[in-house]
Amino acid sequence: MSATQILFWFLSALAIVSALSVVISKNPVYSVLSLIITFFAVSGHYILLNAQFIGIVNLIVYAGAIMVLFLFVIMLMNLNQDNEPQKNKWLKMAGVVSGGCLMLVFVAAFKTSEVNGKIAQTIDGNIGLTETLGKALFNEYVVPFEISSILFLSAMVGAVVIGKKGD
Amino acid sequence: MSLSSLAQQIHLWLLGHMSEQWTLVLEMIIAGILVISFFAVLGLVLVYMERKVSAWMQIRLGPNRVGPKGLLQSFADTLKLLIKEGLTPDGADKFLFNIAPIGAIMVSMLLMAPIPFAKDFQMWDINIGVLYVSAVSSLSVISILVAGWSSNNKYSLLGAMRSGAQIVSYELSAGMAIMTIVILSGSLSLTEIIQSQQNGWWLFKGHVPVIIAFVIYIIAVTAETNRAPFDMAEAESELTAGFHTEYSGMKFALFFLAEYVNVFIVCAIGAILFLGGWMPLHIGEWTAFNHIMDYIPSSIWFMGKTFGLIFLIMWFRWTFPRLRVDQLLKLEWNYLLPISMINVVLVTALAILGWYFK
Repeated sequence: MSATQILFWFLSALAIVSALSVVISKNPVYSVLSLIITFFAVSGHYILLNAQFIGIVNLIVYAGAIMVLFLFVIMLMNLNQDNEPQKNKWLKMAGVVSGGCLMLVFVAAFKTSEVNGKIAQTIDGNIGLTETLGKALFNEYVVPFEISSILFLSAMVGAVVIGKKGD
Repeated sequence: MSLSSLAQQIHLWLLGHMSEQWTLVLEMIIAGILVISFFAVLGLVLVYMERKVSAWMQIRLGPNRVGPKGLLQSFADTLKLLIKEGLTPDGADKFLFNIAPIGAIMVSMLLMAPIPFAKDFQMWDINIGVLYVSAVSSLSVISILVAGWSSNNKYSLLGAMRSGAQIVSYELSAGMAIMTIVILSGSLSLTEIIQSQQNGWWLFKGHVPVIIAFVIYIIAVTAETNRAPFDMAEAESELTAGFHTEYSGMKFALFFLAEYVNVFIVCAIGAILFLGGWMPLHIGEWTAFNHIMDYIPSSIWFMGKTFGLIFLIMWFRWTFPRLRVDQLLKLEWNYLLPISMINVVLVTALAILGWYFK
């Protein structure tokens, strides 16, 4: 096994275990921290694919900003195991069954899809480099890119309006 | 004999004695040991420097009993911290409480990877070095939040919350200031940014907008590293010791060390972006002067610039009074962020029109 393969299996195992612990752990703070570890593992996968820019942006946006806000809110609300409302047993069962169905559909879909035949380019692939990505974003996809930026702007304006309501 | 040729010789010697894989493993171990010992030395030097600088600013003597000129004072303090009991409070979340200091030190260690300490002497020449640094440094807030929350103490939680708000908001203007240099040099790689300053540092080449960016960068990183006048996170007079109130012994020492190493790293990045990293100072066509400057090793240039900036940040600490929380957030959102946004637009115009010195 080469170093890349060892890293791949390690990161995959880390991602799956931490993603499971997001769902399983009782304490919401532990869930958020596990989610941060999951993002780390996914960023590691991006870097293995030589998509360093996407990997690092994934870290900045999710682990660095969004998850910090999540932690902020959860810590301030001080949710504990004791006062967290426990869900009905039947509801849990229904959740497991529907989640399992979704996984079955995914497995069935991916089994016949073309993903099988393609081998990811590691180390020398240049699809994720900053230059390639920038050229693709500002040439081929410039309209969707600008539209999504307007979406973000409207979200920001909305947040300001909600924040100003009290005054 | 430069650092890069030394590293090259070690690499060749190892390759001559064993296979490629083992060379890689051994080099990783050597790099790890070097980083850890550099951390230790840096901690000792910076603590001593801070105490001497503060004493000098306040017309005191500072540490002068242990060793000549008090040089061994930091060793004595470290020894004391090592043999002290590491207490875990009863009501604390044991696992998170103990893992938070390790997280803080790990983030600082990760930040060491892309920094070029001398010419061609760098652990990981990643092509998006600047982004990597800002991404990883934004993670330091997580370990501070976890430390504050898991201590189960009101002071700690308040300190952590303040620190979180502060780091998340000041990151924006630090990022904008970094972006000005990225626009001017046209690259995200730290090596290429340094190469672009061969004929002059950006601080001198880039006119007023780069000077504004430099000032904003210094203010923002002072806030990001939780140092006075922005040390709201551990304001002693209000919050005992902020997020590390409950920590003692080695766990406290790790937070302390991480703070000082972060100061070093942000100053190193500032030196790389604005002051040319390991590039010697050249004045135009004055060949004699430039040759003398070239004789000074690149590592000394880098360390000199970095420690100059560290001195500046220490100077702030002992000069300015602490800000209030609302003043702190107002400074960022009402002044620094709009100024740096306009500044980025100015620098973009400067770069497109080619109005900077070439």
